[in-house]
Amino acid sequence: MNKIDAKVHSGGSDRETAARDWKSGYQAQVREGKTVRNRSGLEIQPLYWPDEEVDATYDAKLGFPGSGPMTRGIYPSMHRGRTWTQRQLIGLGRPEDFNGRIKKILKSGASALSIIPCNSVYRGVDANEVEPELLGTCGTVINTVQDMDISLADIPIGDISIGLNDPNPFTMLAQLLIVAEQRGVPWSKITGTSNQSDYISHFVANHMFYRLSLTGARRVQLDAIEWLAENVPNWNPLSVVGQHMQQAGATPAQAMGLTLSSAIQYAEDCMARGLEPNKFLERFTFFFDISISFFEEVAKFRAGRRIWARLVEERFGVSNLRAKRFKFHAQTSGVDLTRQQPLNNISRVAVQAMAGILGGLQSLHTDGYDEVFTTPTEGPAKVAIATQNILKHEAGLCDVIDPLGGSYYVETLTDQMEAEILRVIAEIDEQGGMFKAVENGFVQKAIGESALGFQEAVDTGEQIVVGVNAYQEEEEETVLPAIDRPDPDWMQGQIDRLAAYKANRDQGGVTTALSDMRTAARSESENTFAAIVVATRAGATQGEIIAVLRDELGFGRPLVVA
Amino acid sequence: MTLDTVIPARVLVTKIGLDGHDRGSRIVAAYLRDAGMEVIYTDPWQKLEAVVALALQEDVDVIGISSLATDHLLVPKLMKALDEAGLGHIRVIVGGIVPAEEEADLLKAGVSRVFHPGSGREEIVEAVAKLAVDAADDRTDD
Repeated sequence: MNKIDAKVHSGGSDRETAARDWKSGYQAQVREGKTVRNRSGLEIQPLYWPDEEVDATYDAKLGFPGSGPMTRGIYPSMHRGRTWTQRQLIGLGRPEDFNGRIKKILKSGASALSIIPCNSVYRGVDANEVEPELLGTCGTVINTVQDMDISLADIPIGDISIGLNDPNPFTMLAQLLIVAEQRGVPWSKITGTSNQSDYISHFVANHMFYRLSLTGARRVQLDAIEWLAENVPNWNPLSVVGQHMQQAGATPAQAMGLTLSSAIQYAEDCMARGLEPNKFLERFTFFFDISISFFEEVAKFRAGRRIWARLVEERFGVSNLRAKRFKFHAQTSGVDLTRQQPLNNISRVAVQAMAGILGGLQSLHTDGYDEVFTTPTEGPAKVAIATQNILKHEAGLCDVIDPLGGSYYVETLTDQMEAEILRVIAEIDEQGGMFKAVENGFVQKAIGESALGFQEAVDTGEQIVVGVNAYQEEEEETVLPAIDRPDPDWMQGQIDRLAAYKANRDQGGVTTALSDMRTAARSESENTFAAIVVATRAGATQGEIIAVLRDELGFGRPLVVA
Repeated sequence: MTLDTVIPARVLVTKIGLDGHDRGSRIVAAYLRDAGMEVIYTDPWQKLEAVVALALQEDVDVIGISSLATDHLLVPKLMKALDEAGLGHIRVIVGGIVPAEEEADLLKAGVSRVFHPGSGREEIVEAVAKLAVDAADDRTDD
């Protein structure tokens, strides 16, 4: 294979020019200290590619990472330069419980934080309005700016990337911005992503993260994208999600195709508002599931990246390189984990994580091995982070960019996955786009059929699942940590805190802000998200804000196709 | 009634509480339908009162509650509400992510069976068919 320096300096062919461009991009990102060597003392280059006489199709199909078709990665240096972000999703109990746990997790190596609120927040109701048994069992109860402030106590919010699992209408983001304001942190320093912002995917798959109607969510999302670009320029307002769809049963190719179709819908919606794709697409990010079907997942990511880079150019006329980058976070698949022989899940997670890493992800969540039993507890969450550290530091997965590139199998599979993904996109185009295909149930039906198909394969034994339909063992004592349920007294304390918060605020200001927000929702020319930030600053709770918006923009009901 | 009854079992497959993940409930509903049962399927997030009202109105033999994210914690309340509505003969099963400690609580509250990830078609269909017969027998006895 190639010897970079000799070739790069020899000049001549297009391949060599491209290699030189890549190398200078690479060197701008990586301060190469000492030579990287393996255990046998052999030198490891950051990238390997074929000679022109060996493979003439390379430049068009694969190219160098960071430019061109992007198949091999979106940055010139990929993980050799900066490894992926370790972003573990956690959230449990009260804001102070979350705060205690996030500090520990940051200490053990996580490099960004992510907040999951209680399911009651996903439903858009405050702590005093739900069955108390469920409060805080799946996430942190965050209803007010005060709750957000306690959750993030001692966390330098201007210096760490924050993932908010904050579905439309983005009340947690509004709370975060007010906390920043109170701490004197300028909004321009706030970085992170609105996860669960892809409202379309929620109506398709898990009926979990929507609080407004499909059309209402569409309105607020575009308002937020527009407002954030002006006011919080380093925030990613949109994470287009394939994870929900794959967890609900979509095949990997189907999930990628449907996700790209959602992204197309969002881009077209933004353009209909007059927004410039070369700009707003810089802030689009993606979120995928990684199943244990190792090579299929690697090929899925490589194909998705290639399709997106080409598609935004062809459909939207994008020329800005940054707007073509297919940035994605990924999470190992919970569906693959088994209740039987649960420690086996650690191996499964490691293989899933490897597929995502070799597929070129930017950020990773690894599942705890106990997720089939309960929301993950602390011990298994630590193992999950250690798995990432082992892959990063011991296994040498970061030494070479796109190490599977050029494999006959992986390249063929990447081409095949690409064709299948494009077929799915064409199907959705025929339905009139993703919004319509979800409204009419087309997508839900297709995913349901795939889910049933996979289950059939497991039931018939065609798909072997260790410990489930093969290699079963007598049930033995499982070594699981005790489940972690919030103390009911603590939850009562949280309900009391909410009542005190409401009693101490300027009620007149809240009423005015909520009524202004109602007016904004009624008028197409006003920005609903700007009004949400104002109402949050005035002291309105997330439940109060959502109640008004539901009134004006419609209540989200599941579009279930049984 | 006996096992060779010709009246198909009537089963309500639903989700209570706050979570919306419905892959499991949809698959189970399809299993039961394929087996010839009458399946009443609902949206997620049902209130307990709504489940009781629907069970009464549809005259079901079995209620299947699917739970991924702790909604099973409400099932003891549902059992009580069914009892109070005079629907004590209805058999309730739960499927999903249920920790062992809490499975015991559910069984104590009167749940007939808890299914975990990895349960297959045959196991589920057989158990539901049998529970439906039990429920019908209890109702006739009343």
